[in-house]
Amino acid sequence: MSAVPNAIDTLAVADAGPIVRPLALAPARIADAVSEPAWMRRTLIGVALAFLTLFLFVPLAAVFVQAFAKGIDVYWAALTDSDAVSALKLTLIAAGISVPLNLVFGVAAAWAIAKFDFRGKNVLLTLIDLPFSVSPVVAGLIYLLIFGLQGWCGEWLRDHDLKIVFAVPGIVLATVFVTFPFIARELIPLMQAQGQEQEEAARVLGASGWQILWRVTLPNVKWALLYGVILCNARAMGEFGAVSVVSGHIRGQTNTLPLHIEILYNDYQFAAAFAVASLLAALALVTLVLKYIVERRAKSSHQEARHEH
Amino acid sequence: MSTRALLLRRHSVLPGFNLALGFALLYLCFIVLIPLSAVFLKTFTVSWGTFVDTVTSPRVMASYRLTFGASFLAALVNGVFGLLVSWVLVRYRFPGKRIVDALVDLPFALPTAVAGIALTTLYASNGWIGKWLPFKVSYTPLGVFVALTFIGLPFVVRTVQPVLEDLQRELEEAAATLGATRLQTFAYVIFPALMPALLTGFALAFARALGEYGSVIFIAGNMPMVSEITSLLIITKLEQYDYAGATSIAVVMLVAAFALLLLINLLQAWARKRQGR
Repeated sequence: MSAVPNAIDTLAVADAGPIVRPLALAPARIADAVSEPAWMRRTLIGVALAFLTLFLFVPLAAVFVQAFAKGIDVYWAALTDSDAVSALKLTLIAAGISVPLNLVFGVAAAWAIAKFDFRGKNVLLTLIDLPFSVSPVVAGLIYLLIFGLQGWCGEWLRDHDLKIVFAVPGIVLATVFVTFPFIARELIPLMQAQGQEQEEAARVLGASGWQILWRVTLPNVKWALLYGVILCNARAMGEFGAVSVVSGHIRGQTNTLPLHIEILYNDYQFAAAFAVASLLAALALVTLVLKYIVERRAKSSHQEARHEH
Repeated sequence: MSTRALLLRRHSVLPGFNLALGFALLYLCFIVLIPLSAVFLKTFTVSWGTFVDTVTSPRVMASYRLTFGASFLAALVNGVFGLLVSWVLVRYRFPGKRIVDALVDLPFALPTAVAGIALTTLYASNGWIGKWLPFKVSYTPLGVFVALTFIGLPFVVRTVQPVLEDLQRELEEAAATLGATRLQTFAYVIFPALMPALLTGFALAFARALGEYGSVIFIAGNMPMVSEITSLLIITKLEQYDYAGATSIAVVMLVAAFALLLLINLLQAWARKRQGR
């Protein structure tokens, strides 16, 4: 106990400057000291909200207002148009294939990376992130270079009457590429943080690998998994650049919803373009709502886990 | 040779390592690595002289200036306003805060084509926002900047916000008791602590903007030499069946993207060190 006053004495001796008197601050004064005056708080909130309004809220509102600008009939006609319906189908197919594939990959990669120590782990982590930093247009281009007529497999594919680019398989491949990291990225940090004690305990109690995965690991990460799937799905349905390169833009056959929007917009059918866009904007809003719910659930289950320990 | 011998994994009682890693690596190779290597292999079929001529032709150089310049400016604006937005969201209370917080992620979730047509319509000279402005935004390079700002908006907020939440208030109280003004506390205590996250967010927004295509092509007007981004040039070359030319430009963009990825990894390592994790 005596060490503290001594230290202060030493300091006081060493510092021959003005005497520092301990300030007796009331709690309210402390709160004032670590916050800003009310006028400044209001200004900062105002400026931040003005920026968000200009760049976020107004564009979002504009999608829905423009969609109904010519009335509900035009809106409905745009959505039930046969090209729109086939674009919707293709979008669902692309998302329906790429999300499960990337889900299986995400779980496998997270299991290997989070539960085991091996050399080259950081390299693998960087490689998983790679598609994030590749421009969507380049992502489409790479499949064109492999499967296009001038590409590696081009002639072989033509001889066997197989079509990959400018057809559905190319669209699916490009979608898989751009949504590749989403689920793995959500799972890996969480599973790393959770460690492997629970899995090891299950193993000692005689559980098989699949039982551990189904009964221990996946229930522990279910919210992160769900969020990864949601995000992956939103991106899969909304991908534009990569799909645009490999699609060939054949109306009614190789158009996804975002490409359909582009065609309508370039045809000056603005109300129809925004009508289709409003579907995707609604999907984006649903994604944000689910994200909000998932984050709250994750937070509360995290706190529960803390209480149990 | 099994993956075990190859990678020297530490022993564990858990099963499934070979299966999980084997599948992950195989999938990674087929979906990402082999296709990506195609870009570089294709470039090797082009002579060095042709490659340099393609990637330094005046039209391509103009597109670099626009793409890198507009991306940099957009990331800069997002750096300033992203810091402000995360500060307001973490430190202050106001009605509708949760909704605002959730909506910040909108550019992640909204398809780029939807963002593109919405922004173009708003900032056109007869649009809701454009009609109040004395200058043209849609169909000019300024439009490119607007679209890229929208696209990069969540990055800085989402990297700075968690760091700001974890910041120890005691540090600020200590600074205040030592006689620092609020501005001094911000400049010498808070800002340095946020710096790594801020730079990471800036780099992420910049990297995202460099490759952006969907939202920009609607608003840019796409005039050669003036408002044509590099991604669009790649598409234009492809439509002319000039695969070698398109690939050459793509390689330049890929190298820039990978350099940024390296920078971001270094920044994040720095940030972790600063946070003492």
